[in-house]
Amino acid sequence: MPRLEPDSGFFWTSGKDGVLRFLRCQDCQYYIHPPAPVCPKCFGRHVAPEPVSGDAVLWSYTVNHHQWAPGTEEPFVIGLVEIVEQEGLRLTTNVLTEPNSVEIGMPLHVVFENHDPVFIPLFEPRP
Amino acid sequence: MRAIISGIGQSAVGRKLGRSDIDLTLEASLAAIADAGLTPSDIDGLATYPGAGMGGGGFSGPGSPEVQDALRLSLNWHRGGLEGPAQMSAVIDSAMAVHCGLARHVLAYRTVSESTAQGSGHREGIGAGAPRMGGPMQWSIPFRAYSAACWLAINAQRHFHEFGTTREQLGMIPINQRANAALNPNAIFRDPMTLDDYLGARMITTPFGLFDCDVPADGSTAFVVSIPEYAPDAPHLPGVIDAVGTALRGRPSWDQFDDATTMAARDAAASLWERTSLTPADVDIAELYDGFSFLTMCWLEALGFCGRGEGGPFVEGGARIARDGQLPLNTHGGQLSAGRLHGFGFIHEAMVQLRGIGGERQVPKPVNVAAVANGGGPIAGCMLLTRWR
Repeated sequence: MPRLEPDSGFFWTSGKDGVLRFLRCQDCQYYIHPPAPVCPKCFGRHVAPEPVSGDAVLWSYTVNHHQWAPGTEEPFVIGLVEIVEQEGLRLTTNVLTEPNSVEIGMPLHVVFENHDPVFIPLFEPRP
Repeated sequence: MRAIISGIGQSAVGRKLGRSDIDLTLEASLAAIADAGLTPSDIDGLATYPGAGMGGGGFSGPGSPEVQDALRLSLNWHRGGLEGPAQMSAVIDSAMAVHCGLARHVLAYRTVSESTAQGSGHREGIGAGAPRMGGPMQWSIPFRAYSAACWLAINAQRHFHEFGTTREQLGMIPINQRANAALNPNAIFRDPMTLDDYLGARMITTPFGLFDCDVPADGSTAFVVSIPEYAPDAPHLPGVIDAVGTALRGRPSWDQFDDATTMAARDAAASLWERTSLTPADVDIAELYDGFSFLTMCWLEALGFCGRGEGGPFVEGGARIARDGQLPLNTHGGQLSAGRLHGFGFIHEAMVQLRGIGGERQVPKPVNVAAVANGGGPIAGCMLLTRWR
């Protein structure tokens, strides 16, 4: 589980209302991830979490077969998804689908795994 | 850069040696100092990667103060640290210290005891079982991406997707290295490996099978990095550090780097060629990091031995990268077969080949220029070593 830290805590609690949020520069509108207190494009300090649609595209993935930790069930898909709102805005996450059906480029939508107060953003195929 | 490697040393290397980190380190260090024709009282600089307490599981090795005290070194310069251009950052810093006149003879070492630390269990994930994860690891561990294997498999899968790379092509890297390891008496795995063996091994995380992953080992490797003026007095042929690649121009991240099929190797390699009059065509052998087989392929591309995305066709069939091929690659077996000495093993092997002391595994052609690379993902450093005279 992630620890709730000052700059990134909002990201992990955001899913309580079912909405994915990223930090965004209020001056130049650039999404900043991982969260940081200064915009890396305009170096402005006016940054705040903003909702995104939750839509993403699968940029790449791996089907993990090895058990690295006790209590996990293999195989499962670790995906690197690109959030549709901004090119290069990526998240490492899990894709909830049959490992055999996973494909680079597949459209995805966020769902949240509830560990209140933490909500882990995972992705499933978008119909 | 005005610096030479005047001495090399390596401890016993193996699985579950059950020896202490400091014991392995002093064995390698004393061997390197003697090889350089020096005694501990001549050593006035000390450097290590990563330094004490920088990760459990036999990863860290002893810190520099422990080694300094054990040998009662009198130092004008010293450092340890995990951040920088990969494992070889300790050697690069040593060369800079010598170049800048801060020291004359620097002992640089890297020690691992990951095999002994692993005990009878299997390889554990990073952060597995940690109750609350902050910092950079919070972006991978909650998704059970517990290992660099998972992070880099994603890059490899993207390479397969963009360029049509296949497991049959990737497999030529471990298969070639196993053939080299058969000629290296210190290698851990020396039995021949076929393509069927490679493809039939259990899957770790697609597209990486077991033989795409390096093997945890115990061992220490040490070098003496000296001022070039010492070269005529060195009893064994020194290697000249012609240039180093240290750039990191993309984002320092496993998953946010702009181009996941090149990673930081792209930047480090670019800066290497900006700092030398040599070209890829001048390189006789390549000793390129293989924590995972795919990283070696990325280094081949990054260093310009083939075009971007052409790593698969370049290694296909294996002839080009064999001992008697156009670019002999990882001639000791690499970390995949000779053991995970974490970067320093490649520098050691480059020196062995430059000196022509590789015995059965010495490549048949003259070796004047060696390319060495360390690291993967956002971590990358590389260097060109040339024969002194």
